[in-house]
Amino acid sequence: MPKLTIDDREIEVPNGLTVLQACELAGVEIPRFCYHERLSVAGNCRMCLVEMERAPKPIASCAMPVGEGMVIKTDTPTVHKARKGVMEFLLINHPLDCPICDQGGECDLQDQAMAFGFDRSRYTENKRAVKEKFMGPLIKTIMTRCIQCTRCVRFSTEIAGVEEIGLVNRGEHAEITTLEKAVDSELSGNLVDVCPVGALTSKPYAFTARPWELRKTNSVDVMDAVGSNIRVDTRGREVMRVLPRLHEDINEEWIADKTRHACDGLGRQRIDQPYVRRDGKLSPASWEEAFGAIAEKMKGLSGEKMAAIAGDLCDAESMFALKQMMNGLGAQSLDCRQDGAKLDISTRSAYTFNSGIAGIEEADAVLLVGTNPRWEAPLINARLRKRFLASGLKVATIGAQADLTYPVEYLGAGGETLKDVAEGRSSFSEVLKNAERPMIIVGMGALARSDGGAVLALARKIADDFGMVSGEWNGFNVLHTAAARVGGLDVGFLPGESGRDLEGILDGAGKGEIELVYLLGADELDMERLGKAFVVYQGHHGDAGAHRADVVLPGAAYTEKNGTYVNTEGRVQLGRLAGFPPGDAREDWTILRALSAQVGEALPYDNLGQLRSKLIEANPVFAVIDEIQPGSWKAFGQEGELDSAPFVSPVTNFYMTDPISRASDTMAKCTETFVLGKQEGATGTDG
Amino acid sequence: MLSDKDRIFTNLYGQHDWGVDGAVERGIWDDTKSLLAMGREEIVEEIKASGLRGRGGAGFPAGIKWSFMPKESDGRPAYLVVNADESEPGSCKDREIMRNDPHRLLEGCLVAGFAMGAQACYIYIRGEYYLESQRLEAAVEQAYAKGFLGKNACGSGYDYDLYIHRGAGAYICGEETALLESLEGKKGQPRLKPPFPAAVGLYGCPTTVTNVETIAVSPTILRRGAEWFAGFGRQNNAGTKIYSISGHVNKPCNVEESMSIPLKELIEKHAGGVRGGWDNLLAVIPGGSSVPMLPKSICDTVLMDFDALREVKSGLGTAAVIVMDKSTDIVEAIARLSHFYMHESCGQCTPCREGTGWMWRVMTRMVKGEADVDEIDTLLDVTYQVEGHTICALGDAAAWPIQGLIRHFRPEMERRILEYKKSKQAAAE
Repeated sequence: MPKLTIDDREIEVPNGLTVLQACELAGVEIPRFCYHERLSVAGNCRMCLVEMERAPKPIASCAMPVGEGMVIKTDTPTVHKARKGVMEFLLINHPLDCPICDQGGECDLQDQAMAFGFDRSRYTENKRAVKEKFMGPLIKTIMTRCIQCTRCVRFSTEIAGVEEIGLVNRGEHAEITTLEKAVDSELSGNLVDVCPVGALTSKPYAFTARPWELRKTNSVDVMDAVGSNIRVDTRGREVMRVLPRLHEDINEEWIADKTRHACDGLGRQRIDQPYVRRDGKLSPASWEEAFGAIAEKMKGLSGEKMAAIAGDLCDAESMFALKQMMNGLGAQSLDCRQDGAKLDISTRSAYTFNSGIAGIEEADAVLLVGTNPRWEAPLINARLRKRFLASGLKVATIGAQADLTYPVEYLGAGGETLKDVAEGRSSFSEVLKNAERPMIIVGMGALARSDGGAVLALARKIADDFGMVSGEWNGFNVLHTAAARVGGLDVGFLPGESGRDLEGILDGAGKGEIELVYLLGADELDMERLGKAFVVYQGHHGDAGAHRADVVLPGAAYTEKNGTYVNTEGRVQLGRLAGFPPGDAREDWTILRALSAQVGEALPYDNLGQLRSKLIEANPVFAVIDEIQPGSWKAFGQEGELDSAPFVSPVTNFYMTDPISRASDTMAKCTETFVLGKQEGATGTDG
Repeated sequence: MLSDKDRIFTNLYGQHDWGVDGAVERGIWDDTKSLLAMGREEIVEEIKASGLRGRGGAGFPAGIKWSFMPKESDGRPAYLVVNADESEPGSCKDREIMRNDPHRLLEGCLVAGFAMGAQACYIYIRGEYYLESQRLEAAVEQAYAKGFLGKNACGSGYDYDLYIHRGAGAYICGEETALLESLEGKKGQPRLKPPFPAAVGLYGCPTTVTNVETIAVSPTILRRGAEWFAGFGRQNNAGTKIYSISGHVNKPCNVEESMSIPLKELIEKHAGGVRGGWDNLLAVIPGGSSVPMLPKSICDTVLMDFDALREVKSGLGTAAVIVMDKSTDIVEAIARLSHFYMHESCGQCTPCREGTGWMWRVMTRMVKGEADVDEIDTLLDVTYQVEGHTICALGDAAAWPIQGLIRHFRPEMERRILEYKKSKQAAAE
């Protein structure tokens, strides 16, 4: 612990810090542009210069490691002059277009120019202009504003793992460029956040709002099961943009592109009033008519003939309310696993990411089973890459081959290979055996199939046999793809005694044994298989479910309701209402509360607080927010034969996985650029 | 004047055979084994005692620099990198060494590399020095064939490899850490220090980067003794040095002379004097384009060594003496240098990237006088804003010539501005 003096104050700081970090600990703010705590040090902006005793010149505090007995001065004429000088240099070629710049109001350059700059310019020569660059559908460039800090270059090479951005030319002509290629990374939106100026801004958000007009609501993301912490910026009830919020254990300060840019889908294809199917066509209806239609259908229908399926974006409260209502009506056929995953709820550790996302940073060997984390959970993939860069994490995969931005050993395609690993016949068995903190990540590609239970059991056996579970460490991880899934399992939105599971419900509906199916935001089903059943769809987008439905109830999207979500780690988090649902749409639990009264099974709560206390009563995990409550480690899964079919990741197009992203214009453009553009034979005119 | 017997570079002008036979005749590779037998410590001590300071410009004591290399390897190899990217305008001494006396450099590489515990040596040669690189390659081949390099170099039992690498024509790659980046195949941009190359250098291994001349003189120092070398020049400025004299002199030349020789003597004795006589002298840039110029009044008496030139706010640099007589447009000359630095700035850090362009633009207007008198102060202020605030020394090098100009020729700049104003006024009337 070196001791140093900063502005006449002594402070002891941990070893390995830089002077800049030490200054922050001492409460001294150092201006900076190129320095970013999650990227490598470039030291090129020179804004952070401070004086160090016995150094002939001011030093770049971001790059200088602390040393015992250092004397740092940050408030001297030399330092002030240096900062002023650098500020002036940065501004001489920076356009004075703050009034039309989207970064305005949240621009480091603007803020620091206020604090450290001159109030006028001494530069009378012509300013430099730089040609715009093409960086794809998400990033707008105004490169004249660029201050060459290279944060974007470092972000893309280090965090995103795509070497697609670089600095070409030298001196005054130095330019950031992608060589006219779209930045093909699922994390590219973060480039806009790391850019300290208005050179890289969000293309879909361009010229739509100023930051000071927006109401900011802290919430959580539902586009994948990671549960990234986000800030939803709204104007009126319209979501203008989604930004990341710091959470060290989940998303650090990054979010995936779908999380950030699918928000325009919240304004399209919305269901803003109830519909009832009359003469084969859905026609607008009032709430009374819609409820009446449902009540009529339910009248006299035994519980055995009713079923409910919850979708991927549901909050725990609405699933709980639906479950209580259906159970009250005697229906036991419930399932929240609309992909048919053979998840086992006998213990919580059987269906959660037990090591935690941050736990990846302790792992030294990882076996991926039937998952492509880059598309299913980009931030977990970023963690894996981070760990790889830090310590050369060894990763092997069973399933499809994919570029995960770090080296991955491909072991094989399916169950056979998993068996090889379990029985020590695979080259990776040795690696797992020798690892101190080995980890297995089982994806839905391996569980959402008929032999899923057997895969789960075998994965558990591997975890046991290779010492993945010991003491503090539990390296058995299930990676979900749906934000609602763990919440649904915790709520127990599952077949009760004698109830049917998803397959049973679909079969039954096809055969006419199930006459009413309640879809709570469930769109990823094969609607054909619902046969002649009466379908109630409660949700927010006119997607597959609403098209098939006989009654459509307009619900709220994740930004329009207060709801609880449980991420793949089993971490309970609160999503918050950022803007009200459109038209007649209502928060989902209130719809269920109202309907329950109509069908004679009034739910025993009148506000969200009461609902939540019932929910906590039913499962105490919901009482503790933002913490992981591990389950006990015991046997789970089903012994059985493994199918030889290869594991296939459920995500084929990262940009469109749910009703919101399918409705998003931005995601459609990304699909066109990054998914369809890559398919062989795509010519641009092939439809 | 240095007598012939004390010259280290006995084939500076190429009148003898540059090849290995000629080299051996001139005493190069003569019992190099016994030099190595002195041992690492002893060699470094001897170099320290000789007072040899780096010949690449900064003048850092060579022995001390060599001693920074780890004494015990931690498993990583160590490297010697010879900086032969001689691009400083005015400087052409290393070229002559490589062209006419390549074996002197190669022997130095072995001795110095051994003293640092280096397993291999890379010579990073300026890309434009094509013929020199050819000759160096040929010399390396000869040395390998004779067993001077490679396994059991010179029979010493020490394995030592040497590689030539050609640069691609960027001035910045002469900066030691940019050179390492370039050598690694990356874009030539200086690295942040610390860590210094002696700790983390080429491919992350301990490395010393040294100028050609420093390396080339070291075997002779060891042969003739530190005392002999220290006998030339003043205290702290020991030894002999190759001066490159160019510009308005009657006989531009490279010449090896003792340190601390008076500038006037150097020019008159070796370069045939200033064109039109000493009184026709306007100014001299004494150490390559990066150092501030000296007006005639200082040139009359100044000595050519590190400390004397520092006292007059200039520097010895690479000892490339650029002589300018009274026919020179001094403002334009410096404006041209400003253009050079703008062109060669790597663009990595802010003050240099933005400042060099700014300075050049103002200088360009100053040539015609198209400016205000107080802009001279602004210009000076900008040079101070660049100086000392950059990652490498290129920012300083761009600032100093302008500072030198303003320090010594401010009246000339003001005169042009006023004259320009007058002419504009006259035209308007």
